[in-house]
Amino acid sequence: MSSYHLDHLQYLETEAIHIMREVAGEFERPALLFSGGKDSICLLRLAEKAFRPSDIPMPFLNVETGHEFPELIAFRDRRAKELGAKLIVRTVDEAIAKGDAQPAPGEISRNKLQIPVLLGAIAEFQFDCAIGGARRDEEKARAKERFFSFRDSFGQWDPKAQRPEIWNLYNAKVNPGENMRVFPLSNWTEMDVWEYIKKEQLAVPTIYFSHERDCFRRGGQWLPVPPPHTDANKPDPYEGARPKPNEPIKKLVVRVRTIADMISTGMIESPADSVDDIIAEVAAARVTERGTRADDKASEAAMEDRKKAGYF
Amino acid sequence: MPQSQHPIELLRFNTCGSVDDGKSTLIGRLLYDSKSLMEDQVEALEKSADLTGGGTINLANLTDGLRAEREQGITIDVAYRYFATPRRKFIVADTPGHVQYTRNMVTGASTANLSIVLVDARQGVIEQTRRHTYIAALLGIPHLVIAINKMDLVEWKAERFQEIRDEIEEFLPKLGAFRDVKFIPISALNGDNVVDASKHTPWYEGPPLLAHLENVHIASDWNFQCFRFPVQWVNRPNNPTNQKLHDFRGLSGQIASGVIRQGQSVVVLPAAMKTTVKEIWTYGGSVPEAFCPQSVTICLEHDIDVSRGDMIVGLEQLPGMESNLRARVCWMNIRPLQPNKKYFLKHGTQTVQAIVTRIEDRINFTTLESEPNPAALAVNDIGIIHLKTSKPLIYDSYATNRLTGSFILIEPGTNATVAAGMLFPPTATVKLEYTDFAI
Repeated sequence: MSSYHLDHLQYLETEAIHIMREVAGEFERPALLFSGGKDSICLLRLAEKAFRPSDIPMPFLNVETGHEFPELIAFRDRRAKELGAKLIVRTVDEAIAKGDAQPAPGEISRNKLQIPVLLGAIAEFQFDCAIGGARRDEEKARAKERFFSFRDSFGQWDPKAQRPEIWNLYNAKVNPGENMRVFPLSNWTEMDVWEYIKKEQLAVPTIYFSHERDCFRRGGQWLPVPPPHTDANKPDPYEGARPKPNEPIKKLVVRVRTIADMISTGMIESPADSVDDIIAEVAAARVTERGTRADDKASEAAMEDRKKAGYF
Repeated sequence: MPQSQHPIELLRFNTCGSVDDGKSTLIGRLLYDSKSLMEDQVEALEKSADLTGGGTINLANLTDGLRAEREQGITIDVAYRYFATPRRKFIVADTPGHVQYTRNMVTGASTANLSIVLVDARQGVIEQTRRHTYIAALLGIPHLVIAINKMDLVEWKAERFQEIRDEIEEFLPKLGAFRDVKFIPISALNGDNVVDASKHTPWYEGPPLLAHLENVHIASDWNFQCFRFPVQWVNRPNNPTNQKLHDFRGLSGQIASGVIRQGQSVVVLPAAMKTTVKEIWTYGGSVPEAFCPQSVTICLEHDIDVSRGDMIVGLEQLPGMESNLRARVCWMNIRPLQPNKKYFLKHGTQTVQAIVTRIEDRINFTTLESEPNPAALAVNDIGIIHLKTSKPLIYDSYATNRLTGSFILIEPGTNATVAAGMLFPPTATVKLEYTDFAI
């Protein structure tokens, strides 16, 4: 009997595959959110394990803020092509141009502007379900999230009225216009994700590994210096996100631990240039992963507020 | 978290108790003392301590993540926490004690190997203690810990600990079979007997809580008897260019119990067709055998019409296949259970319509006695009901199989999950009238 034993990664994997297949079995038009980040990289492998030898029965969807690391975009496009999946990209820039999104005065981060873009894409393609790579260990509000997280017709999350989830029986029913967000990695930790990447030998974007980069100090973090503004006919997309005269530029050996976009991602000084190094670093870490995310530091309930409005 | 040389087991547990019994404080203490907390989390705690706590760090703020919870000082919803020691990884469901949120305890406990029921040493056994212990027993949780908390406030008196223990041991036999029950005197606030042994309890010979969590035997918690495979998704590549893929027809799902081998005879239900397993397909290649709870894709020898909601079972012991059912339910919605109203019933991978034909009883949580023929079941009530389904369910009793013996009820229209149900044994098992399948 002892040979019938799953270790913790195998257990998390079979749970996640079960959830992916429930999505395929229960929804008419699901999508899979793929950013090219480490969590959604794991999602893709789980989708392969859930659905092969068939095609993955849902398109990939990504919302761009317009401030992405170029390495991430290249990786995302390459991976979607390798898997033969349809990749749908919607951007904050398009939404602003169409008037669907309005930046708040003085706000540089486009994190919140992703919300109307995501909701717009869900409406445009009539998605009734979107699979995301969020994990409960990331953040306090996420810790209360269900695997199948119901959103009303405004895309809102109501934490006080969540559907109870009992055993492995997920209530996937939605009315027209409503949708479900599904998080197969709910029970995974940052360490589990890296151990899985190692075990499955998954490629990740190079910015996760240590490299030289121009950075500047702001808000207690090392932020990357944005790419130069070349097109003088257009407004600088990185206006406000460039180092000020009193913020000297330093060339540092850094990597990212979590990826938002160039404006919201703090770089960590690190020599880790392999998955093994990263696992050792995570094991010894004394701050949480999202400790390097400016978007979460806005207030104690920053994530909760964005989620209620339709964010992931 | 040092790297381990051997596979690390995963233990899932939940904490329950009444408001202010110190559940969140206990989890905070486990995380804090096992060094699973990060500097920015401690910093955020200190920051909110300065703002709202008069300078005292409130470990409960670690799990009480939502604004309303911090404002009201209660836990609204199930919060999940993760920590690891070199021996095990832990998934913790912090389930609230508020009477109106008992449904969340059922949610948090339904996937747990172990439940920790907290008792305030000053208050002793209260209705919530009985309710939570009873629910843990109903859900078939194998391992139970009764953590008698706030022992510092009763001067660490062994007599008080024993008094509470005696009272619980008196009603435990009524609840049926926990595989093991452990009583531990603790102070979550001060950390006594949580991670480190307390110097205040020389009279207590057992381990601190964390040591027990690391060592309790969970390898046999899964069910390796009687193969059950609810079909989740029919895997047909329909690839026009690749002949091998074109003919591939697999049945994908997660094994709910038992073991399956290539070449083994199985029955497909409800069709009642007997066939054999041609291949067990996985992403990593074919495997000779697979076991619960692995997710696999099974190819059958014969081309039988199988779809989502069907079940593939082993021959050694067949399940029931009936549409008149008897089950114990926990009612989870503010609108009471209405007899003769139609609900959706989700069981395994199948959803059917169901009508509640009778409410047989309701549990009185003060006496733990059954009250026959109640008019309704209200939110947080537990009782036995009779159901009729639009299509027969292929099922086992919950006592023998947690996954094929459970269901949820969904209210049409609102789509709210209104009940969690546990089935009693079928009156008869499937009668197979097949002759061996032949082409």
